[in-house]
Amino acid sequence: MRPAFSVLFLTTLIGAGQGLFITLFFCELLAGATLGSGFFVGGAVLVLVFSSLGGISSVFHLGHPERAWRAMTMWRTSWLAREGIALPAFMAAVFAYGLAHWLNLGHTLAIGTVGVVLAIVLFVCTGMIYGAIKVLKEWAHPLTIVNFIVLGCASGTTLAAAYASFTGPVLAGSLAQAALSLTVLGVLTRAASLWRNATLRPVSTLQTAIGIRHPRIVQKSQGAMGGSYNTREFFHGKSPAFVRGVLLTMLLGAFVLPLLLVLSLPLLAFIVQYLGLLAERWYFFAEAQHPQNLYYQTVG
Amino acid sequence: MTQLALVIDLNVCVGCHACVTNCKQWNTSGAAGALVDCNPYEAEPNGTFFNRVQTFEVGSFPNTETVHFPKSCLHCEDPACVPVCPTGASYKRKEDGIVLVDYDKCIGCKYCSWACPYGVREFDEQRKVMTKCTLCVDRIYDESLPEERRKPSCVLACPPGARLFGDVHDPDSEVSVAIRERGGYQLMPEAGTNPANHYLPRRKTVIPVRAEELYRSDNPHKIDGAPFDKNLPPTTEELN
Repeated sequence: MRPAFSVLFLTTLIGAGQGLFITLFFCELLAGATLGSGFFVGGAVLVLVFSSLGGISSVFHLGHPERAWRAMTMWRTSWLAREGIALPAFMAAVFAYGLAHWLNLGHTLAIGTVGVVLAIVLFVCTGMIYGAIKVLKEWAHPLTIVNFIVLGCASGTTLAAAYASFTGPVLAGSLAQAALSLTVLGVLTRAASLWRNATLRPVSTLQTAIGIRHPRIVQKSQGAMGGSYNTREFFHGKSPAFVRGVLLTMLLGAFVLPLLLVLSLPLLAFIVQYLGLLAERWYFFAEAQHPQNLYYQTVG
Repeated sequence: MTQLALVIDLNVCVGCHACVTNCKQWNTSGAAGALVDCNPYEAEPNGTFFNRVQTFEVGSFPNTETVHFPKSCLHCEDPACVPVCPTGASYKRKEDGIVLVDYDKCIGCKYCSWACPYGVREFDEQRKVMTKCTLCVDRIYDESLPEERRKPSCVLACPPGARLFGDVHDPDSEVSVAIRERGGYQLMPEAGTNPANHYLPRRKTVIPVRAEELYRSDNPHKIDGAPFDKNLPPTTEELN
């Protein structure tokens, strides 16, 4: 698949926001007394900034953004519609959480619980957008959802550690430890999906694509010389060396460097990990082999 | 329940692309607006098409066959593209099974094209909506046309008649009979989409000629012990 940049930014930005909110909630649950409400108000603002940026970047993916409201209507069948509802619902809960802390309204843990549930629902919706496409075997697996959750939480916790290093130093150390553990977990779950995708055997072949039982079939013409939507949307169009470079960037940026940096320089660790996760998402698209590509092997 | 569909005979298709051009002509002139063409007279011309003819070579030289393979939306009975649509713009008509896109509801997120295993949806870069074969829904019910012309443009254009159109749920329709009696099959059955369009396989036309049909046992020449006529054509067995 061709990586869609607006979607790369959407999933990485809201993932960091959701992870940060879950971390904030656990900070309040475990050490709320030692922190002022300012820590949570600022944190909620940060979550809203990240999720709004994600939401804004997603609009660039649409041909008709003015009709985006329609994308909430088919929630009974479409995970994309469910995400379209879950994102604003999550942001509303975060807003309420920040407001409750700011105005000392109380019930912050109850609002926070709703927010955490919505954050997880949003993770599942985002993951299932990809996991529900049965023809893309690389995506149609529970590991897709697991990776969205684990990598989002790792990124959000690293962001929380960076945030705490400026505003709540008492927690900075423990948050950095948590970020370290979640990033290690991310290494394991992402490695599992990398291994699965590398050893995956395609179900569809040229034989099933055109329905002719013969071991040797070669395409001589795809019916158009100048390319088409089929040749633009479903190929990443980069060389194997470039793809390997992205994989290396992902491994270093999303995992190795943040693990080295998070205890000492959490802000730098977050920035590096964010860029690494952009590479991770790019690779996630690039490694998905769409069966329609079987019909587009030779120009003519 | 009616399920309109195309049945394409790969044994007949000669790869002339008449269906492609007539499809483009009809659908670019319709009420729904023109199908975009990008760089039509320059390098790398491309545009929105609902139908393509591809060419494959089967076998190794010298035992090869050229297969021309027209590909358009298969109007699946379990379409993967419809439930993923977040707006309901993609839908399958209950009355005739045609899968359509409501261009006024489509937000252009392209998610349906990712879910389709066949790559038969095309995003229109000018209108910014997803487009696809409509089975010429704007002409097959047009009562101002003579009845025999109420067919998809690709079917009308096909010079050798490789494309059949009809209701695959009616067991007595031309398409159902063709599927049943001429080995009609679906593309990528493993995708679980149950395509309505079917393809008829290539066939070898063999007329078996047995020896006794040429050299009858009651042949008076044979009865008389006369020598066989050396000018008789060889039998199938002798040829092989």
